[in-house]
Amino acid sequence: MPKIESVDHLTEYRRQIRAQRDPKQQQVLVCSGPGCLPLGSTEVAQAFQEEMQAKGLQGKVILKSTGCHGLCAHGVRVLLRPQEIAYEKVTPEDVPEVVETSLIGGKVVERLVYQDPVSGQTAVHKSEVPFYQGQKPLVLRKLDEIDPESLDDYLVVGGYRTMRKVLFKMSPEEVIDAVERSGLRGRGGAGFLTGRKWRLCRQVPGEMKFVICNGDEGDPGAFMDRAVMEGDPHAIIEGMIVGGYAIGAHQGYIYVRHEYPLAVKRLTQAVAQAREFGLLGNNILRSGFDFDIKISQGSGAFVCGEETALIASIEGNIGEPMPRPPYPAQKGLFGMPTVINNVETWANVPEIINMGAEWFAALGTEKSKGTKVFSLVGAVNHTGLVEVPMGTTLRQIIFELGGGIPGGREFKAVQTGGPSGGCIPKQFLDLPVDYDSLQEVGSIMGSGGMIVMDTTSCMVDVARYFISFLFEESCGKCTPCREGLRQLLNILNDITSGEGKEEHISLMEEICTTMASASLCGLGQSAANPVLTTLKYFRAEYEAHIRDKKCPALVCRPLLTYTIDPEACTACLACVRECPVGAISGPKKEAQRIDQDICIKCGRCHDVCQFEAIKVE
Amino acid sequence: MMDVERLETILTQYEGYPQDLIPILQDIQDQYHYLPKDELKVVAQRLNVPLTKVYSVATFYKMFSLVPKGRHELRVCLGTTCHLKGGQRLLESVSSHLGIEPGYTTADMQFSLETVGCLGSCAQAPVMMVDDKYYARMTIDKVTKVLKLYKE
Repeated sequence: MPKIESVDHLTEYRRQIRAQRDPKQQQVLVCSGPGCLPLGSTEVAQAFQEEMQAKGLQGKVILKSTGCHGLCAHGVRVLLRPQEIAYEKVTPEDVPEVVETSLIGGKVVERLVYQDPVSGQTAVHKSEVPFYQGQKPLVLRKLDEIDPESLDDYLVVGGYRTMRKVLFKMSPEEVIDAVERSGLRGRGGAGFLTGRKWRLCRQVPGEMKFVICNGDEGDPGAFMDRAVMEGDPHAIIEGMIVGGYAIGAHQGYIYVRHEYPLAVKRLTQAVAQAREFGLLGNNILRSGFDFDIKISQGSGAFVCGEETALIASIEGNIGEPMPRPPYPAQKGLFGMPTVINNVETWANVPEIINMGAEWFAALGTEKSKGTKVFSLVGAVNHTGLVEVPMGTTLRQIIFELGGGIPGGREFKAVQTGGPSGGCIPKQFLDLPVDYDSLQEVGSIMGSGGMIVMDTTSCMVDVARYFISFLFEESCGKCTPCREGLRQLLNILNDITSGEGKEEHISLMEEICTTMASASLCGLGQSAANPVLTTLKYFRAEYEAHIRDKKCPALVCRPLLTYTIDPEACTACLACVRECPVGAISGPKKEAQRIDQDICIKCGRCHDVCQFEAIKVE
Repeated sequence: MMDVERLETILTQYEGYPQDLIPILQDIQDQYHYLPKDELKVVAQRLNVPLTKVYSVATFYKMFSLVPKGRHELRVCLGTTCHLKGGQRLLESVSSHLGIEPGYTTADMQFSLETVGCLGSCAQAPVMMVDDKYYARMTIDKVTKVLKLYKE
């Protein structure tokens, strides 16, 4: 890669690589996103490489491993461009047929295209798949198109154009104005207006300022930031350069969780490329503006997603939050004014400046502008990443894009906002999703996790799960959070194991109120949400556990009884081998029996039984 | 005996500021699979931070370990989606197959078992990882097969 010295040089280089590329050339784009990677996308890409070589197609067909294609449920996904043919559930064994039929024969492999689970109708092209209809991808737009490891790919689709415009044609005030007018709010949790945060930081006097990208996506069930860091790392870098210029910072930090090794690798690589190319460093494109980025890796602490804890962690300390004010915009990293935004927020910035604040502000609702990426997971047919305009209803997201609940089961609740969010019941399915509407029903936007639950989920168990997660992750600095979580967990453990008492409910409500008002940071202040929303909307389930010692969803194991249906048992002995306490026995080649005195109700017999012979009550 | 040279190759990559502490500990953890006591003392001296501070950081963050880890690191995801899809039962099964509780290492130093808040592959829950490899849509009957791949 050449070192780019000036604006003209960048324009010329972009023109050159564009001229080398033929938009009509056949491309095979294999998804290597967070959903497809565990399903073996590396092996699929490898199979394409080998098969194409064997058929003499190298050089004629371009093969790329790209970021997330969205519909993870049907991975491994492969997109053929320019035809836009979307193949699903591709395995290495399918590859020879795809190469032969589609790449050589120009036809469609019908068995690998989308099929509607209800109507059976098929869709060959990406735009015809219901999951993609109704989406408005801005942040995810380039993910299924570019090779995240190639700076050239990013440049071809117009990358670093915004940076050029900002450095040469806009003053820092104009940039901040644009971001403020766009109405962009932080995509990481609290939803603070990004432009206002930048302005605050710019106004604080000081020679040395910092920008930080919060890539410590700790909310369980959320993986949109991982997808963007792995799939479009340069968009984050470009957003940060723009932000650095606007507030007057010359150093940026990207803080990434170490649980995302590929994101760490891709970002490190992208920063090195940008530096080598002259898009980071001193006097970028001779604009007189200096800016560089360091990658900082998290070490496995959820609380570091909180901005003051994250700053402490970059400084080399334990991740304990600090009281605010002073806000990081006034006194942040190393005591200097600091703007900290999350991954999705930064990735929105280039497009806002490029397309204009008004264009962005025209999307979404009155107080929540633009689009939002949600990770749609749990009990829903089309699990994956969706990006929709703010204000899209839960019903549209879950039933139209998400394809409804599997197995014909009934929708029970959707959990949004991670451990600080709440469980939203059926009566709010027509709620237009934005920051304020979610808050009104007791949940939050958070980073955009959306976990759908059906009748097989126990809401008391869900509350217990989140409290136990937060109890583990509480840093322990302030008493309300540390002790409040411990007591909530004890009570919920009692309730889910049949030891619940009537007075537990009011006691939990009292602890929740105290934690919300007296905790130091967002983690503790919002920790009560999962308990409060489930108590509010699913109180009958708590009462069933406490009064009748029953778990209606058959989840809380101490309240269940496992028996073997002698009619269905084939005496395969799989359960006998799996049982950790030897509670299952019986005569050879006959139905087995569970000794209730020995059974510890671990449920593993139920999981291994292939014949549905283990009955749960 | 401490391998001075091995530690020096890590330390020379840093300028020796207090904020280098966490990246240095990460490098040591990555290469040694734990944080040996003698090495920590050298790190404290070199960065001019109290040893207590080094220990406070080393015990606060989940990725650091003060005892040696096994040859293979097994991480079972307990994120929300994995929890709903049976992650806890998967963990119990792995734990009983290996004969160790989460947070521990087998006596033959082959496997360490850990839990993780979320691996970000929620669409394929429940998920577990062995070293750098993901195992998607895990079921209990697959546990033996997966573990076999890594047993000597």
